[in-house]
Amino acid sequence: MSQNIKKSVADIPEDTIVVEVQGHSNFLVTVGNTGHQFMLELKDNKTITGIKCPGCKKVYVPPRSHCPTCFVKMTEWVKLSGKGTLDTYTVVRYKEQYMPKEPPYAYGVIKLDGADTGIVHMIGGVDLNKIKVGMKMEPVFKEQREGSILDIEYFKPV
Amino acid sequence: MNGERIAIVGVGQTVHKSKRTDINTAELCAEAVEAALADAQMTMKDIDCVILGSFEPADGYSGPDKWIVPEIGAVGKAGFEMQNVGTTGGVVAATGFNMAASGLFQNVLCVAWQKMDEAAGAFGRGGGGANEYWTGQFPMSPITNFARRTYDYMTRSGCTEEHLAMVRVKQDQCAQRNKNAQLKLGLTVEKVMNDFLLAWPIRRLHMCPTTAGSAAIVVCPEKRAKKVTKKPVWVEDWFTCHQGGALTMAEDPQASTLGYACRKIYKRCGITNPKKEINAWEVYEPASTAELRWMEEVGVAEDYKAWKLFEQGKVGIEKEIPFNPSGGVTATNPIGATPVVRVVEASLQIRGDAEEHQVPGTINRALATAYGGQGENVVFLLKKTL
Repeated sequence: MSQNIKKSVADIPEDTIVVEVQGHSNFLVTVGNTGHQFMLELKDNKTITGIKCPGCKKVYVPPRSHCPTCFVKMTEWVKLSGKGTLDTYTVVRYKEQYMPKEPPYAYGVIKLDGADTGIVHMIGGVDLNKIKVGMKMEPVFKEQREGSILDIEYFKPV
Repeated sequence: MNGERIAIVGVGQTVHKSKRTDINTAELCAEAVEAALADAQMTMKDIDCVILGSFEPADGYSGPDKWIVPEIGAVGKAGFEMQNVGTTGGVVAATGFNMAASGLFQNVLCVAWQKMDEAAGAFGRGGGGANEYWTGQFPMSPITNFARRTYDYMTRSGCTEEHLAMVRVKQDQCAQRNKNAQLKLGLTVEKVMNDFLLAWPIRRLHMCPTTAGSAAIVVCPEKRAKKVTKKPVWVEDWFTCHQGGALTMAEDPQASTLGYACRKIYKRCGITNPKKEINAWEVYEPASTAELRWMEEVGVAEDYKAWKLFEQGKVGIEKEIPFNPSGGVTATNPIGATPVVRVVEASLQIRGDAEEHQVPGTINRALATAYGGQGENVVFLLKKTL
């Protein structure tokens, strides 16, 4: 095993006998028809859509096929303005693998107008020290969109 | 056994396919849950405990339950996720049975799934064994493991490659009558024997496929079960048996957890002649060839003579030994869910609801098993009457 891996995985004495175990599987996770519809709206129309439960009338963003409370199928789509209110947030200042961008960056939960749930996203277009809970937010879309929650680059204060 | 007597009051499964691009993993589970709840004439509101699980490394992310629980409307209910490679569905069902038998819960939902169309090469390394620095260093995938075991069986029994093909053909004949089965190939002995060789004597057709599918059951203690259904399937006994990796019990290559588990459970239930006292079998065989030795280990055939029963045409839905009437695992294998599929199929046989692949006559008792890793087994005995 290379000394580099030994050092990066665990700080252990060099004479420790270890065996290298690598993860090497690749996955393509299907979003399904419901998720597909949501992604298409982001990509083609820069629109955030919610889905409404016929039972409890809650609007979920991002959408799912079944209401978590009522376990009934949801099919009624609701177009949202994309504007919302910052519910909670934090500023990330450390770095590790798989982070969506270079720190420091802020991410938070935004409660969209017309939805009953909050969505997680990055916060941008603002001095990181001036972010405040309760701020009105709106989405900034990427120019090149591919059908992904990251087609929204970030939410910025209105 | 101590605890409440319990019964399966509802079963459900998806149609099993190689690909499901129309739905995601959580929605796949919802399909099976909807079917099981409808079968039990219940809604999610009735359920007070949820046990769920998959072969997590084949999902590609940890904690899939965090995604699935909301999709099946189970937020806030008691329960947890299980994981035990191919045996996962077995421990999901066994844990659900324990929960119902404890008397703490009235309506326990067990759900297991696998969406294998999303995973690429997740299993090349799998099955080497939990010990990464001994057996884990060798390429002991399910294919190579069953190749070694099958060749061992051939040398000890005198069975030929033609007999191995006969087993696969029988499984295909059963699968063709099962509306939910994945592979329905119209096989002949010749077709199987000319198929691509993976590792002698295992050909591609001998190995289970990759499947997108889910299965669910609803379990209740006796009093509740009698209230909710006219066709309860009583869970007579269940036993889980673990062992090491590539080597079998106590490092003896000939010992078997399946045989061990069956001896234990037969003794507890007073079964002395399993061939007579058990009327239908759903035994988890990841390779068609495993069916031979496992018929012997569960007690329907004499040691190293099961292949002769295929030669004599004695195995099949209307035959003397109705072994894996659903077509089994070589036709359908949503791996984490596969053992729950076995329990669902065994339950349908007892209820007389297996439609085209129903074993004729009254099925008083059925045996279902789970298999995983290189020998973990869970064995379930289901009964028509208490």
